[in-house]
Amino acid sequence: MAFSLKLFLRKLFSNLFKKKKHIKLGLYGPPNGGKTTIANRICQDWLGEEMGKVSNVEHETREIQVKEEVNMKSGNKELSFNLVDTPGIATRIDYENFIKSGLKEKEAKSRAKEATKGVIEAIKWLDNMDAVIVVLDSTKDPYTQVNLTIIGNLQARDIPLLIVANKIDLKKSNVERVKSAFPQYKVLGISAKRGDNIEEMYEELFNLV
Amino acid sequence: MLTLEFVPYSEIAGLSSIGRIRKLLNLAKEDKIVIVQGRLRKEEEAELIKATMEEINKDFKGIELAVIYPEDSEQNGFFSSIKSKLVNALVGDAQGLTVIGPASVVKEIKKDPHKIQIYTSRRRSKRRKK
Repeated sequence: MAFSLKLFLRKLFSNLFKKKKHIKLGLYGPPNGGKTTIANRICQDWLGEEMGKVSNVEHETREIQVKEEVNMKSGNKELSFNLVDTPGIATRIDYENFIKSGLKEKEAKSRAKEATKGVIEAIKWLDNMDAVIVVLDSTKDPYTQVNLTIIGNLQARDIPLLIVANKIDLKKSNVERVKSAFPQYKVLGISAKRGDNIEEMYEELFNLV
Repeated sequence: MLTLEFVPYSEIAGLSSIGRIRKLLNLAKEDKIVIVQGRLRKEEEAELIKATMEEINKDFKGIELAVIYPEDSEQNGFFSSIKSKLVNALVGDAQGLTVIGPASVVKEIKKDPHKIQIYTSRRRSKRRKK
């Protein structure tokens, strides 16, 4: 009896204070918001290596990319997670747009086909996430249905999220507009390319996870 | 010719999630701009995007999608909010409007966020000869 009680209490306390292992931190957003640039920035800062290739042509990331065991430290705070870079979510994919961006027809068609699969995978992976950074381009209209659907689905699944309004180094950037579109969430303006507010983003991640 | 089709909520209320998505996507694939009374659940919106991606080919390039929803219904008091969430979870949501248009016809849908502006393409995609 005493043994069972002891075992029960030990299990209860270990469950209460156990740190969740293999937290999955996802990067979600529409194409060309800068998800992979942020992933590269995080990996460079904490692992000393890059995660993926970036490009000005949309849908450069067409497969889920996972970087395991990223360890972040700040003072006495520590955070360990698997970083998941996802393909940009879109409702339309037209290979002719890739041709306009300079790709050959065969390459453009193949990219479009892979991009559609990437969107499907990104949506499927939503259920696996423990926390998400929603990456939006602060130079673009934040009121798109893709943005609302991503955030709404994270909310419906009770997944904690941080919205980063990326590309604040560009003249057309308007972080206030992103903030006014999502007043119920923390919105942080950053430039993943130049490194603006990256330390603040890390601080927010400690609070988020 | 531009075709708009209005779908009253009663037409989708009794359908399963897959049924609703299939109905709306099929209408969009017929080159129609579909205006739906009410809105899909958030999970259904994601499923609609997934289903759209599965259907993309050289003739169908995807969709443009927008939902307009009365703001005050989301910012009511605690009990109204619980009530509306419960009703939504059980029978869906007849409030607001959902616009779905094929990418070949609709270039862009802009939300302001209280109004929707639909920009159509000047050049329609060529129909296949039978």
